[in-house]
Parts: sequence; C-alpha cells; structure tokens
Amino acid sequence: MSRSFSRPYHEGITDSMWSEIDQILEDNAGHPEAVTQVLRQCQDVVGYLPRELMDYIARALNMPACNVFGVASFYSLFSLQPKGKHVIKACTGTACHVKGIKEVMGRLQQVYGLKDGDTSPDRKFTLETVRCVGACGIAPAMLVNKDTFGKLSPDKALKILQNYE
Amino acid sequence: MNKLKSNDLQTIQEEYAPRMNFRDKTYLMICGGLGCHTTGSLEVKEALLQEIQLRGLQDKVKVVETGCNGFCGTGPVLVVQPQNVFYQQVTPKDVPEIVEQHLLQDRLVQRLLYQDPASKEIISEQHQIPFFSNQLHWVLRNKDYIEVESIEQYIAREGYKGAAKAILDMDSHEVIGELEKSNLRGRGGAGFPAHIKWKGGADARAEIKYVVCNADEGDPGAFMDRSIMETDPHAVLEGMLIAAKAIGSSQGYIYCRAEYPLAIRRLSIAIEQAKEYGLLGENILDSGLDFQIQIFQGAGAFVCGEVTALQHSIEGKRGMPRPRPPRSTDKGLFDKPTLLNNVETYANVPQIMVNGGDWFASVGTEKSKGTKVFALSGNVRNIGLVEVPMGTSLRRIIFEIGGGIPDKKEFKAVQLGGPSGGCIPEDYLDMPVDFDEINKVNAIMGSGAMIVMDEATCMVDMAHYFMDFTHEESCGKCPPCREGTERVLNILGKLKQGRGEKGDLEELEYLSHYIMETSLCGLGKSAPTPVLSSLQYFREEFEAHIYEKRCPAKRCPDLIEFKVDPEKCTSCGLCYKHCPVGAVSWEKKEPAVIDREKCIKCMTCIEKCQFDAIY
Repeated sequence: MSRSFSRPYHEGITDSMWSEIDQILEDNAGHPEAVTQVLRQCQDVVGYLPRELMDYIARALNMPACNVFGVASFYSLFSLQPKGKHVIKACTGTACHVKGIKEVMGRLQQVYGLKDGDTSPDRKFTLETVRCVGACGIAPAMLVNKDTFGKLSPDKALKILQNYE
Repeated sequence: MNKLKSNDLQTIQEEYAPRMNFRDKTYLMICGGLGCHTTGSLEVKEALLQEIQLRGLQDKVKVVETGCNGFCGTGPVLVVQPQNVFYQQVTPKDVPEIVEQHLLQDRLVQRLLYQDPASKEIISEQHQIPFFSNQLHWVLRNKDYIEVESIEQYIAREGYKGAAKAILDMDSHEVIGELEKSNLRGRGGAGFPAHIKWKGGADARAEIKYVVCNADEGDPGAFMDRSIMETDPHAVLEGMLIAAKAIGSSQGYIYCRAEYPLAIRRLSIAIEQAKEYGLLGENILDSGLDFQIQIFQGAGAFVCGEVTALQHSIEGKRGMPRPRPPRSTDKGLFDKPTLLNNVETYANVPQIMVNGGDWFASVGTEKSKGTKVFALSGNVRNIGLVEVPMGTSLRRIIFEIGGGIPDKKEFKAVQLGGPSGGCIPEDYLDMPVDFDEINKVNAIMGSGAMIVMDEATCMVDMAHYFMDFTHEESCGKCPPCREGTERVLNILGKLKQGRGEKGDLEELEYLSHYIMETSLCGLGKSAPTPVLSSLQYFREEFEAHIYEKRCPAKRCPDLIEFKVDPEKCTSCGLCYKHCPVGAVSWEKKEPAVIDREKCIKCMTCIEKCQFDAIY
C-alpha cells in the first residue's frame, strides 16, 4: 500500500515483521478507536512496543502520537521495554496468593535473580506478575509464554523452567 | 449452511435427542476447561481417541470434549455416560485400563473414582458426589451435556428457543416484563435489577444503541465467567440477542479480558456459527431484526471492568471512568444509549424467556432470586465452580459442598467479591447468600469469587494484598483513590514490617471512610472494604502487629525471628530437608537450629513444621 511516510529503522523489527504490521494497520485503517487491538497485535509480532513502532501506528491511524503512547502506557498488557526469550507470568490472584505464589516467586528470584518486571542478565527469562488468569482451581499458577502450569511449589516451578532453553 | 427458521430449532432438538440423553452410545466426556487443559486433559483425550480406534470401538463409544466440568481441583475429569461415572485425575497412562476394564468388562476402575475425604466413602456417580449433589445447575445447565464448539448441541438443549420466542412472539415490553417477574439482579457484583436497566435502554430515543457484555472478570479468584464462556458461549450470545430485541439495538460488543484466550477463541467460533445459521447478522429468523456481535479484547486493566472505563476502552482511550449522570442507558459507548450487563446475567436470560420469569423467581430469597455461580477456592478441600440457589448458607457452600478445611486446619474467614469485598468470619457462616443480607455485615456478594482462608492466614497480610492490588490498578484520575490507596498501603506495609504505631488503626479507618465517600468510581469506593472489614472482625490481629510486633498467623516474615523452639521441636528433620539454602542444621534427636545469616525468610520451614516449633 502507499503511504506518505516510510517505515522507520529499528534493529528489533525485520522486514517480514513490518509486512505483518502493515497488514494489521490496513485491516484497521480509519478506525483509531481500535488502537488497543492494533497495539496488542503489533506487540505479538515484535515482542514489545518500541517508540518508533508506536509513532508509526499513530501516523497510520491518523491520531496524535501522545494518545497512542497514553494508551500503551496505561494498560499493563503492553510492554515498552524489550523482553527476554521466555516470559514468565506468575499469577498473583487471591487464590494463588493464599496458596503460596509468593514462595514460588521468592525461589525464582533466588535462583534466577528475577524480581517482578525484571529480565534475567542472560535475557533468557522475564518475570512479570499478572493479576489472576482464572485458573484458581489449580492455584498457584504461572504461565511461561502461552503455557499454563498449576499446583506449583517452588521446586516444581524450577523444574518447569529448566525445560526452557 | 442454511439460515434457520424458527421451526428448524425444533428439528435439530429432535435429531439430537438420543445424543443429549446418552441413549445411543457410550460417551466419554472429557473436561476441556482451562484447569483440566492445564493438568493434561487434551493428552487424555488424544489417548482415548487412539485407544478407541485401536480396539475398534468407534461405533459404540464416542469421545466428547466438554466445557468446564466445575470440579477443577480433581482434574483432569472424565465422566462416562450414560452411567454418570466420575473419574478424577485421569492421565494418558490410565486410558488402556479404563477402556479394557470399564468399557469392555463393565468393571469400574476403583482407584480413579472419587473418595470423600471425610467419610472415606467411594462414590462412583457424579450426581451423588456432595460437591455436585448440593448444587442447582441453571446457568451451568449444559456443562455435562454439550461438546465444545457445537452449536447444534446447544440448540438441542433448547438453545435459541428463548431468543426465537422473544424475537418472534413477544414485543419489547413483554420481554422486559418477564425479566421484571424474574427479578434477575446483575451478577457482576452490583446486583442492580436487570429489568430497570433494560427498560432504560428501551426507553432511550436513538437510532443507534449498543448491547455490551462485560466479560472483563478482573476480580482475582473469579473464574465463573471464564467457565461460562468456555463451556456455553451461545448462552451469552443468546442473552445479548434477546437484549438487542428488548432495547432495539443492532450492534453488540463483548469486552473480554485478554488473559482469557481460550474463552475468546470459543466465543469467536460461536459467533461465526451463529452467523452461518442466521442467528446473528441480518434479518434473524426472518424477523427483520439485525444484530452483530464483535469481541473486543481488554489489555490488562482491572478498572476496565467499571462500566464507563470499559466504554472508554472500547473507544480507544485510556480506561478512565467518568462521573455519572449521564447513565450509560442514556449516553454510553460512543455517546449512544448502551446496555451493559455481566456474562452471567446474560447467560440467565434465555431460560427466563423459555420458562418464564415466575419460574426463575420460584427459587431464591425474597429479594434475591434464581441461582448464583461461585468460584470456590483457597484453603478448602473441593475447589471449583459452585452454582446454588440464592439463600443457601455460606456454611453449606464451604463445608457440605466445599468439603471443609484441609490439612487439619480451622476455618478463619471467607472473602467474597475479591478486592472490593469484605471478609466474613465464622460467626456469620449461617448467613444466606443474598445481596442484601451480606451487605448487613459490611460485605458484598460480589461477582462470585469466594476465597476460603484458614488459621494460617494473616488478615493484615490479606488487607495489604488487596490494597496493593487496588492501588496498582487505580487509574490515577482522582486523588482520593490515587493518593488515598497509597497512604493506606504504606500504613499496612509498616504494620507488616513491625513499624506500626499507636494511631495507625484510627488513621486507617479515617482514610478508608474518606476514600469510600469521595472516590470517583466503584474501584476507589470499594477499595477500602477489605481493610474496614478485617479491622471490624480481626482487630486484635492488627493490634498484635503494632503493640507486640507479632504476627499471630506467622505470615509476615519481618515479624518472625526464624528460631526453633527447642521445647516444641520433635527433631523430625523436615525443616532441614526442605530448606532451599541449607540454613538449618539438624542432628537426630536434637532440636534443629536455624542460621539466621543464611536464612532467606522463604517460609518453607514454617509451612513444613507440624509442631508449630518455629517462631
């Protein structure tokens, strides 16, 4: 498609990623109200939302860049920083809290040096917290990438992470 | 696929009757809810399919993936129909034995059957297990019958019959009339009478109106709506369709949180199926009614469960609430009249149209009719979804259905309604579940999250936990919530760290009332509820933290010395065996000793100690 502005350079975004991004923008052209859906889909492509990408989205949707930034910084799903290879989301919902997710996270911190929001020095893991994924029946729970794991203990959580290279 | 006419629904129902009554084959119903998926039900399904194929039983036995069975703590769950035999914690390795022994030799696999933890009785039939036998499945009526992603089976269970009746045989006034007779109150937590909202939507004069379903379910500990969407998505669509007819809308949105990908997938498939059958789209059932539904995914903001914040989110803005008036039914999404209800509220509507409002009102209490679905979890034996008539006592839910407290611990409190709700102590366990009765003890019914807490729970820690949540989720717009929650959180943090002072509790109460009275939206208004309610019922625990620098439940690491009491220690060695950093030294017949330099305060030793010897 033709645009009056070109793709900015960003070392984390390949040409094939840009094609996917352009397709997402074309599907939502003329609908600035769909910005959260666009941001989510673009984040799925790139892994996070670099500044250059957000500005590009703003231009494509014909909305002020500060509005895009405002939305991206408001919602906890969006990450403005690059993430590690594997993203761990520890559920800190009430059931998981009562069943001991704090102890699980304490162990992960001890072994991998990971606090909430951190990426490990070798960039292998990012640890995030999520406020309830609805898996309370198998609390405490965590996700690694898109897989859910339940009935965790600190030892079990460590064993699970050892399977990720 | 042809668009359906109203008598086609009856035809499908008749065609599928043998399947729905399990008359024609043996059915292996494997649970396909999130909990069971996580513990391996899809692998079990694969194994079953292969084994059935291997044994040449395909004509006699069918493997069916259902939605959430509800008894999440025992998954993966497999129910064999028509005998209604309930197998728990099934693994792929168990499959050959199940097929050989149960299907071919007609002998149940005893070791996989449910055993009541208290009576030790083995119960083979699902409907006799106390967890299920005390429930009334109205909203969850299809969970044991229909296969996931099948619209035909939904129709076979009277699906879209209510919508056909509402659209073809009733006018808006009559539809709302049935809702009024039912006295259905919103299931999202507020308990507002649905018929009043629907009437407001119908009365609004506008060309464009919206029907929105709040599927944000942000309350930690709540998974009722997730299960309903994964198991019976058409019930939600049908409820919205009936609402569209009632208020005169042609566009619907389901705002579903992004943390529920399975629910989103099942809803998307259901919408496509409904479109193919002409149950969504243009000229539905030849009635002239048009109605489309679009799914809008959330992006991780609890505040977007609030009505006006949700609408702003769909409009592409930051999810910040606005003052009301105007109400949404006057001016809501994109400034148009908008009807917004919760998933469970919509899921109740189809059966109300089929059976009538009086039928619905025949169950429940005077002011709270019908059933309520609860997500029961925490320190309770039976974890999962519980649907009971309004008016059932908390004691019944927690002890008869929930099986009571495990690990020889005592009940301490139950939290209803998540971070907006209060805790209820033992004294009030005989209270009936009813919107207004629960309000009397300064708690709320809430959306259905019910977390049971045992004696090892620290109420200061729980108050801190909930305030931490609401503080983080505060949108930041109004100072009472933005600043107030931070102040309250700081004070609770001080208490947990042993720096509590005289006057702190009074400050907590003052701030809490101030925040409740002056916050802009429901998040702020209800954020202090857990604090006030735990202060009301467990004040002595807060006082111990301040005046004795002691945490009676031993959950606050800064108030625990991590020393072994040699008089209580029986030298069992468990703390030594489980310490992850080798901080415990132990020799047989000697009390253990903890090296405080090495100790990382992970609490493992305290959890493992059976003799309360570590302080």
